[in-house]
Amino acid sequence: MASSKLLSQPRWHRLLRRNLPNARLFSGLPTQHPGSVPEPQNHGEPKSKNKFKTASSTPSSLKEAELAKFAAISDTWWDSEGPFKPLHNMNPTRLAFIRSTLCRHFRKDPLSARPFEGLRIIDVGCGGGILSEPLARMGAIVTGIDAVEKNIRIARLHANMDPTTSNIEYCCTTAEKLVDEQRKFDAVIALEVIEHVADSAEFCKSLSALTAHEGATVVSTLNRSMRSYAAAIVAAEYLLHWLPKGTHQWSSFLTPEELTMILKRASINVKEMAGFVFNPITGRWSLSDDISVNYIAFGTKETNNEE
Amino acid sequence: MNRLLATKAGSNAYRLRIPWRPFSNDAACPNAGNPETGSEAQQYDIAIVGGGMVGLAFACSLASKPLTKHLNVAIVDSNPALGRKHFIKKDDLPDPRVSTITPASISFLKDIGAWQFVEQHRHAYFDKMQVWDYTGLSYAKYNARDADKEVLGCVVENKVLLSSLLSHVQDMDMLKKIYPSRLSSMSILPNSSSSEVGSTLSMTALFTHGRLAKLELEDGNSLYAKLVVGADGGKSRVRELAGIRTTGWNYTQNAIICTVEHALENHCAWQRFLPSSPLALLPIGDKFSNIVWTMTPEESSEYKSMTEDNFLKAVNHALDYGYGPHPTSSILGSSDLFSWFKGGISSSTSDCFEVPPKAVKLASERMAFPLSLRHANDYASKRIALIGDAAHTVHPLAGQGVNLGFGDASSLSSVISEGIAVGTDIGEVSLLKKYEADRKPANVTMMAVLDGFQKAYSVDFGPLNILRAAAFHGAHHISPLKKSIISYASGELRLPLFA
Repeated sequence: MASSKLLSQPRWHRLLRRNLPNARLFSGLPTQHPGSVPEPQNHGEPKSKNKFKTASSTPSSLKEAELAKFAAISDTWWDSEGPFKPLHNMNPTRLAFIRSTLCRHFRKDPLSARPFEGLRIIDVGCGGGILSEPLARMGAIVTGIDAVEKNIRIARLHANMDPTTSNIEYCCTTAEKLVDEQRKFDAVIALEVIEHVADSAEFCKSLSALTAHEGATVVSTLNRSMRSYAAAIVAAEYLLHWLPKGTHQWSSFLTPEELTMILKRASINVKEMAGFVFNPITGRWSLSDDISVNYIAFGTKETNNEE
Repeated sequence: MNRLLATKAGSNAYRLRIPWRPFSNDAACPNAGNPETGSEAQQYDIAIVGGGMVGLAFACSLASKPLTKHLNVAIVDSNPALGRKHFIKKDDLPDPRVSTITPASISFLKDIGAWQFVEQHRHAYFDKMQVWDYTGLSYAKYNARDADKEVLGCVVENKVLLSSLLSHVQDMDMLKKIYPSRLSSMSILPNSSSSEVGSTLSMTALFTHGRLAKLELEDGNSLYAKLVVGADGGKSRVRELAGIRTTGWNYTQNAIICTVEHALENHCAWQRFLPSSPLALLPIGDKFSNIVWTMTPEESSEYKSMTEDNFLKAVNHALDYGYGPHPTSSILGSSDLFSWFKGGISSSTSDCFEVPPKAVKLASERMAFPLSLRHANDYASKRIALIGDAAHTVHPLAGQGVNLGFGDASSLSSVISEGIAVGTDIGEVSLLKKYEADRKPANVTMMAVLDGFQKAYSVDFGPLNILRAAAFHGAHHISPLKKSIISYASGELRLPLFA
């Protein structure tokens, strides 16, 4: 993967330095990978899921002053006009797909305001919790995991502000570790993660192991096509500067066929797939049949194999 | 501890240039939150400030949608009528404050279930309209059949609409509470984070961290809400407290409104453009009609204070031979001129000019009020949305004002419903801006059209008069144009000429 390529300093860092000159940047934490720093992205959530990296999951003893600084910058992640604006724009569209597929699969009332009541959902690679919070508001029991400690702290701080989301369980851990702990979830959601992992087949096996009997798995990623090269690499990274250069490796994108195949090998049958398209005039994302750039897949766990 | 963090967050906010806007009249302390003496403050999902036609229509719309009917809503309005269930009697004399409801608004009111109540009281559908001016050069007659509709609109007294919406809201299951008071101050703090872990954040703590808006009322009550909807009219207090600026100007005109009675029933809407401005005669049912006469402030005080007989004489004169002759369609050549343009014959093209029915008796007092055009620069900011006259005030010459408001109410409740479907916090600016993006273009277009009309008809200048007459003539004889005009005025979202 991108192990040898040093990423240019993300805009997030520059913003931080400018506004909080005394802040201790948490990139001082020991990390093996340059790609582990959270980056503002439009096509995905900031994380890197290299399964060979061991993340420190014990919370450090932060002083109150640090907490206060953290409290101040968490707004940047959650500032919908800030560097994460493209992600915020895309979020309702992803949620619309998840809502319709999960309601149908679990036979929940789509007209209810809290259709996921009683469902245990895990958000793999949750970042700051942009997906986890709406899922919690829709009634689900949400667990959010991310390999980056910073993200978990930000996510926890923000979720505590709203009583409907303060029950979200955030852990700084990896999918593989949770498999070892034998956790099970009704729905496993991994959006914009699989293009960053070293071994996508192993990753899918972990997702499948986390999925309960007759559960659902939702994965979204970028297609490996000429259009996605033009859109996600050339346009987003070099022309529009939505993402730092080198965020994505085009060669590690998966085509829908490949994703379907590795999910099938992990005992997950892909039942539905949809694409996201961006309309530059209205600035809105919408669901469509066009899976040539961003796409999302919904699959269910096969029940004939014992895991 | 909290205070320390909150003030630190506040000082950091300045450095990060996050907007810090204390709205209340008192000095806003970040940690305002010790429990007040007096009644317990309650928390609501949505606080609708202003229980007028648009505010109540918005509440009904929320109650009629499956995704929003579970919301907890507060309505803040000091009108004592809101405390009673039915406050009109069937044989009351008609009130001069009426509104013309377009077919689009009628279908909205039917969807939310309030229209059935309106039909039980005085109301008047009309399917014909005649428009002409004082020069006598031309006229235009519109018939609903030209656009394949049954009615052009329905004229309803405001108090009938209000009572219908109120009884419907009270009937519905949605949790709601009416606060019979006025808004005195409102505070919304910027987002900040809490170091507390756990799900039992109190309301005051949530408010301190920017998750709730706090409203203080004149009678001493307070309430918290995730979203404040300002439906409190042209002089909106919510808009003022939110610091949302407006653009607009006052027309140097006042409108006089009153109700008159005829000998026969009137089923047509009449509008004559006079040298100062339009005079409209609208049927309101039971042989009554409503008059809206726009004029300069001096004239309006004169007409308001003259005797009833003199006023009636003036009205009849203005509708008949006053200021100019009756129009006949032959002044600008016959309709053959436009025969190549006609897309099918519309029945009203062959209708002759008619003189409106005479006003026999004055049935209400005369009221006068000043006219202005006002438009809020933003319809939404954090935890605040404006609907109805609070967002836009228009000239009454085409009867569009409350219809734009109903459009806003419908759009905002749809946007909120979609937001809840995907788990969004309903007070988020990004969600509310979707409502603004939906309604602003339509409202601004309508306002521009109306303002254009107002300016075009306030000038008495020979060539311009001929131009206006030609416009009338064209609208009367060119059927596709007439159809577009009727559709646009009926609330379907298309501009005439672009059909």
